[in-house]
Amino acid sequence: MMKKSKVVFQAYLCGLVFLLVLWQAAAFWIQLPIIPAPDLVFGRLSEIFADKIAIHAAYSLWRIVAGILLAVTIGYPLGLIMGYFMRADRYLAPLVYLTYPVPKIALLPVLMLLAGVGELSKIIMIFLIVVFQIVVALRDGIRAIPAETYYPLYSLGAGFWQVFRYILVPATLPNFITAIRVAMATAVSVLFFTETFGTQYGMGYFIMDAWLRVNYLEMYTGIVILSLMGLLLFGVLDLIEGHVCRWQMK
Amino acid sequence: MIAIENLAVAYQSARQENMALQDVSLTVPQGTVCAVIGPSGCGKSTLLKVVAGLIRNYTGSVRINGEKVNPQKLCIGFMPQNYGLLPWQTAGENIRLACRLKGGWSADKKEQMHDLCQKLGIENLLNRYPQELSGGQQQRVSLARVFLLEPDILLMDEPFSALDAITREEMQDVFRDLWEDAGITTMLVTHYVEEALYLGQQIVLMSSSPGTVAEVMDNRWQGSRSWEDLPDFFVKGQELREKIKAMGARPV
Repeated sequence: MMKKSKVVFQAYLCGLVFLLVLWQAAAFWIQLPIIPAPDLVFGRLSEIFADKIAIHAAYSLWRIVAGILLAVTIGYPLGLIMGYFMRADRYLAPLVYLTYPVPKIALLPVLMLLAGVGELSKIIMIFLIVVFQIVVALRDGIRAIPAETYYPLYSLGAGFWQVFRYILVPATLPNFITAIRVAMATAVSVLFFTETFGTQYGMGYFIMDAWLRVNYLEMYTGIVILSLMGLLLFGVLDLIEGHVCRWQMK
Repeated sequence: MIAIENLAVAYQSARQENMALQDVSLTVPQGTVCAVIGPSGCGKSTLLKVVAGLIRNYTGSVRINGEKVNPQKLCIGFMPQNYGLLPWQTAGENIRLACRLKGGWSADKKEQMHDLCQKLGIENLLNRYPQELSGGQQQRVSLARVFLLEPDILLMDEPFSALDAITREEMQDVFRDLWEDAGITTMLVTHYVEEALYLGQQIVLMSSSPGTVAEVMDNRWQGSRSWEDLPDFFVKGQELREKIKAMGARPV
């Protein structure tokens, strides 16, 4: 186990070094302020992180987590019901199919009008975009469970909650975690967009602000932070998956 | 005792209603093994699913120890062809699960499980997941699960058919051994003539389209492998094979 985590760590390190070398090479060849060298960016990052960027990062992280949590709270049971109860799916599927393709970003003005320009509208926007991915992933995950898997439990007279606990939850965990992974990447890009309006906090605001002030160095520090935030979230998710889906690991 | 009377099961396909079972009547006396054999598609598995309470849409009557089939009330041990182990639970968790669901995990059971696993030679495999086990090992885990449960009846759907010939015979002996201690009323679906002759006190021959009981015979050959070399045993096996073949299928 120790050995495996060491290999993973080395892989992450290699990826990091590779990207830095690429970046350094680009900065060296192009020689324009629009692509500053990585050492300059990291230097600036260490100067301004604590008193300038940390608060923005915290706001963004909170919005992502809150949006996804909200989506899970509503999407998980909904997907479960649609996957397990055919009749529920018959009525709910058309609703999902009709609303899934609606470009939710286009509804941002409406949302801001109804929920205000503050935190709520940003979290709801993330929720609206991400919830469908969770519903569909969960429903299809449950559909994919072979009928025979249920037999031993049914023949033991298991009720819905026992089937839920011993079959539905574990069987859909891999799908669910994949859905969260996709949702997280989506959430970051949605967040960036929503944070350019009606707020003075968040990485989206920070990057756009630096951009408008033609402060490329700070803009890049923002991008680096966003990327590290993604690394953190994905890493945590990988850790959780390794722990709860141990049966799937080869 | 399992008593089945005039059982009929229909499958609703897109265009028409197909009869999977028709007019099936059968009695399995308390504490015996009934081997059900017949060509593929004759409804053997359907019959087993009805008794297991997995198919509820049928006509006729199925009674276990005088009561209607009800998985909540009765304790039914069901062993499907793929052993029915949950892939996300370790072998040990799988064995305990059946007892847990029936509300009875106790220090007693724990000790029993220890003995049973030792007997089956799986005490070192309990922390592994099913896909880390060979077919024979999974089979042992599955046997440990149903025998620890001590069910009212035991239903086995071609339990040994996915194993290679040598492991299969070994597992038949393991089953025989466990069964002789526990004496659980058992229905065993198989497509191996030798398996039916070795394990079943009673052999039920089924014919297909629609699936029904063609013949019920008492089997005096069960219980010992040593008879397998006798000419009579061979003749009986051939006879059974011919009968199944006559019903339009090729037994193994």
